[in-house]
Amino acid sequence: MRSPFGVVLALATALALSFLLLPILAIFVDIPPGQLVDGMNDPAAIDALLVTLKTTLIANAVILLVGTPAAYLIGSHSFRAKPFLVTAVELPLVLPPAVAGIGLLAAFGRFGLLGETLDVLGISIPFTQLAVVFAVMFVAGPFYLRAAISAFESVDPTLTGAARTLGAGPARTFARVALPLASGGLGAGWALCFARGLGEFGATIMFAGSLQGVTQTLSLAVYEQFDVDFDVALAIGAELVVISAFLLLAVKLVPKWTRSTSPSTTPFAPFGSR
Amino acid sequence: MDTLDLTLDHPLRSFRLSVAATLGRETLALVGPSGAGKSSVLRAIAGLLRPERGRVALGAEAWLDTEAGIDLPPERRSVGLVFQEYALFPHLDVRRNVAFGGRGRVDELLERFRISHLAQARPADLSGGERQRVALARALARDPAVLLLDEPLSALDAHTRAVVRAELAELLAELRLPTLLVTHDFEDAAALADRVGVIVGGRILQLGAAAELLAAPADAFVASFTGANLLHGTARPGPEGLTEVVLDAGGSMYSVDEGHGRVGLAVFPWEVALARAESADSAVNHVRGEVRSLVELGNRVRVRVGPLTAEITTASAERLALREGEDVVASFKATASRLVPLG
Repeated sequence: MRSPFGVVLALATALALSFLLLPILAIFVDIPPGQLVDGMNDPAAIDALLVTLKTTLIANAVILLVGTPAAYLIGSHSFRAKPFLVTAVELPLVLPPAVAGIGLLAAFGRFGLLGETLDVLGISIPFTQLAVVFAVMFVAGPFYLRAAISAFESVDPTLTGAARTLGAGPARTFARVALPLASGGLGAGWALCFARGLGEFGATIMFAGSLQGVTQTLSLAVYEQFDVDFDVALAIGAELVVISAFLLLAVKLVPKWTRSTSPSTTPFAPFGSR
Repeated sequence: MDTLDLTLDHPLRSFRLSVAATLGRETLALVGPSGAGKSSVLRAIAGLLRPERGRVALGAEAWLDTEAGIDLPPERRSVGLVFQEYALFPHLDVRRNVAFGGRGRVDELLERFRISHLAQARPADLSGGERQRVALARALARDPAVLLLDEPLSALDAHTRAVVRAELAELLAELRLPTLLVTHDFEDAAALADRVGVIVGGRILQLGAAAELLAAPADAFVASFTGANLLHGTARPGPEGLTEVVLDAGGSMYSVDEGHGRVGLAVFPWEVALARAESADSAVNHVRGEVRSLVELGNRVRVRVGPLTAEITTASAERLALREGEDVVASFKATASRLVPLG
């Protein structure tokens, strides 16, 4: 690596890594650890953590419970409209968050498409915790759905066929064969979805607002506390970094036995071109 | 004991699959080149493929009847299907793979197929022969009334294949289930099945015992598929009640079969004798030519002479001191040749 080109490569690598790591390290070293812990104990930080845990848990539960069967249906069949359907699933992924927020208001807001119907039922969604859940589901859900479709597409149909000829009905075939074989891709997709939901900001602030203890999530609280108490903002930022790093590691540890056998590996391909 | 009746009519990519058969307690082999529609027949019986028209029934129980609107899902058809690449579940160990079909007889089946010691192993760690035994055990765990085998030997190397073929023949004889086997290898079909159907382009060209197909192939395809030499030519009445076939490649051959117009003259390699010089024996057909190749197959040698392949014992080959490039005379009797129409 003594050649000029080798030096260029080494410099570029050093520059990229330090640029990416510096802000993350800065969060932890900018103030003494004691102050960081104090910041985490700030009422605003605790409220934000609770709101985030609750909404993220509900949103992700719904995404997994509804998204998994839907992705199985789409992924295990081929039909003419499939590319359009998959595109529809991908669209929220590329939308600017502000557009997502305005869209949610236009659909579920008081004067939105379903607003009157919901009003009659006595339900008002905007600026409630349910709105936070909706924003996360809309913005992060497609990450899981898209990856799950790919994961189910890569399950060898011979194996599901074999399960059927061995006496398993469609539900047992799904639970005992398709689901375990797709689990690698499902796990990776879900981690992306979870991380995206955790960082959700734009759509949430438009559709749910930023009310401490109600709709103010960790991401929103960082922004809010930035003006009020920089230390608290740093502490909340540190919490988010730790959760995200833990998540990334967990995904890497997902059992990958599926790849050890010939016909049905489940490579993770969130934007697979099938 | 119920018989399996099937009539299928279904469009495939470049031809129509149109097949009818009835199976009792016997093994029927459908043999044909790849892409002949063989696997589709199995898939339709198992319920994995819904044919455009057809009927599949086990005794009085209809599994599929497109006219009556009956189409039972695969799990309600009592079949054991062994897939070509075995389709073992990669995420389950051998015991769980077998138990997937039914929990009742798992230990007995593991024992029967000598895979008890592999019970905890994952399919990825098994050899081809072991995988095949697991696949058979799994298919039988459900106690199927019909057994379907898709190219059961094709995923195996030549050595394992011979061993597994013998085991499979023994198993089929023991089970006596209506068994439909598809393969592209006539020898496998002849070794495993009571009856053999040659299927090409979605149609069964000829159905009968392997010996019948060998003795009287219905057409040129069946003849060549069974391993016969096939010489193309034009038939015309010859001397002494024989048919003379004027070969396209030159020369004439004689057959006791009647024929006219374009024909294929079929003769099996084991009917062809070799000698150093033409002798005054009873054979009327002689071909003098160079030995083009010598291939040893155990105690036999396949010798290619001009347009013919002869199969002689290794001992005979040594006695004749055959070498590639040397001239020999291949001969066969007019009674050993069959004339088949050329399509």
